[in-house]
This record gives sequence, C-alpha cells and structure tokens, in this order.
Amino acid sequence: MSLQVKKHISIIRNHARVNGKKAFSHESDDGYKKFIRAAYRHFETDYPKFFKMDSLSKLGFLSVEILLKDIDLSRFYSPDRIGLLLTNGSSSLEVDEKHMDSIRDRKNYFPSPSNFVYTLPNIMAGEAAIRHVFRGENTVLISDGFDADLIYDITRLAFETASVDCCICGWTEQYGNNYESLLFLIERGEGHLAALSSEDVIFEPSKLQEIYKQETEWKN
Amino acid sequence: MEELIQKLKEEIIEVLNLEEMEPEDIETDAPLFGEGLGLDSIDALELIVLLEKNYGIKIEDPKDGRKIFFSVRTMAEYITENQK
Repeated sequence: MSLQVKKHISIIRNHARVNGKKAFSHESDDGYKKFIRAAYRHFETDYPKFFKMDSLSKLGFLSVEILLKDIDLSRFYSPDRIGLLLTNGSSSLEVDEKHMDSIRDRKNYFPSPSNFVYTLPNIMAGEAAIRHVFRGENTVLISDGFDADLIYDITRLAFETASVDCCICGWTEQYGNNYESLLFLIERGEGHLAALSSEDVIFEPSKLQEIYKQETEWKN
Repeated sequence: MEELIQKLKEEIIEVLNLEEMEPEDIETDAPLFGEGLGLDSIDALELIVLLEKNYGIKIEDPKDGRKIFFSVRTMAEYITENQK
C-alpha cells in the first residue's frame, strides 16, 4: 500500500510552519502561553472553548487547525474513516501537577473540575476530533521523543486494517515553555488531496525523520 | 450587592478561563447557561467549587444549582442570604 504525506505543519520555537515554510512567527520570547494565544489569533480560529483547554490541548488543537486550514476532509471522507493518531512525551504532566497541587492540602482541598478533565493526553486528540467531527481511530501514545518508526507503524496499521482512509498523525509535546508539534496529513497515493503537495512525499520513517530534523534545526 | 456582583464577574472570568471577556461583557441578569455565556456542565462544577472555596457555601442539593446559577444576580443573592 502506498501512503503519502500530503501536508505537514510544525509549531516549534515561536514559529508555525506549513510544508517547511513560515506561516507565523511571534518574535518576543515571553513564553509558550502568550505564543499559543498569539498563534490562535493569527490563524483567525473562532472557537472560544480554546481558551478553556489546558496547554497541551491548545497545542494539539491549533496544530490540527493549521494543518486543515482551507481543507474540508468531510468532502472526501466519512467521519468514521478519518483517524487522528498522536504521540507525545510528557503526557498531561503539566495539568497533572496542577491538579495534584489542588488536592495536596486536605484542609484546603479544592480540586478544579476544569483542570481534572484534562488529566489525560488523549483529551488533546478528543478536542480536535470534536471540532472537526472525526470519528475514526483516535489515540495518543507516549514515547521518549519524536519516534518516526512508532508514528509510521501505528498509522500504517490503521490503514492496513482498513479502519481509516485518511489520517492525521505526528508528535505533539508540551511541558512549560518547552513545546514541539509536528503533524502529517496522510492519505493513500491515489487519494483526493493531491493538489496540497507540490511533490510526492512517500510516507516512510526515514522521510518523517528527515522532516523532523528540518523543522527542529532550521535557521532564520 | 453591586460590589459583590462585580467581584463575582471577575471570579467567573478567572475560574472559567473566559480570557476574551471583561466583567462588563457579562450581563448581570442574563442566563449563564444555554444562550447566555454558553457554559457547560464542567463550568457548572467549577462554579460550585467557587462558591465553596471563596464564600464557604456548600450546595447540598444539586437540584438547587439551576436556580442559584441562573445568572450572576441569582448567585449574588444566594451568597448574600447564605454566607455565614
């Protein structure tokens, strides 16, 4: 089966890039939270619930928004055939710690429901799935770092077991001011999204690794 | 009462992460749920925590929530009547 990367986006070091080209940058170095809000506004995303999400979900959600800007997958695919398979390193640790702080003191025991609902990394995938009405394979796996083989294996398996016809996959990691997101839009070679890519990018681990290197090591 | 209403609006914006809103954007008598601010069930739980944490008021019967959290004014009235 021939699978192709039709589009990829990254959000790394105060920049959002689409297919290797700069789409947004936020030059001031005032931290992840201000960056992600500025990026949200730049891409004119109208989804007030964004502000209620935890930091990891904001990154995953906005990454999918940028990846699917001007693309309506529902024109080509049934919702239950669109997959979203993400990997991540720190899981939901940042919000887990926040939740732990709120229940540490038995005399001042006020767990926040809105924090608690984000104490799982797959909520990030859920937020994007709700927004775009994806009902196919949906998961978040934990790995030590960007793992091209893992991303390739889980995505290929989803296609081979005939559970998806189109899939968003990649790596979305955030803890404090450290963040990296690299997502790929994958389709079969003979798929519908040919116009998105100026060249055929074969979906294989070495290519994913090469793109990761480009996106993390590019210089101004 | 007006002072409490203003304080409640500020607290609601903070605990519900309504970052795009200012206190004056919240109408005192408008419904908080449904067509009002469009809050959801998690927000309702967060408001219950707010009452307990900031005002020492515990809602014993969840059914009362519908009346108490109808608007900022009904919240303020409930706090005024029940705060020890």
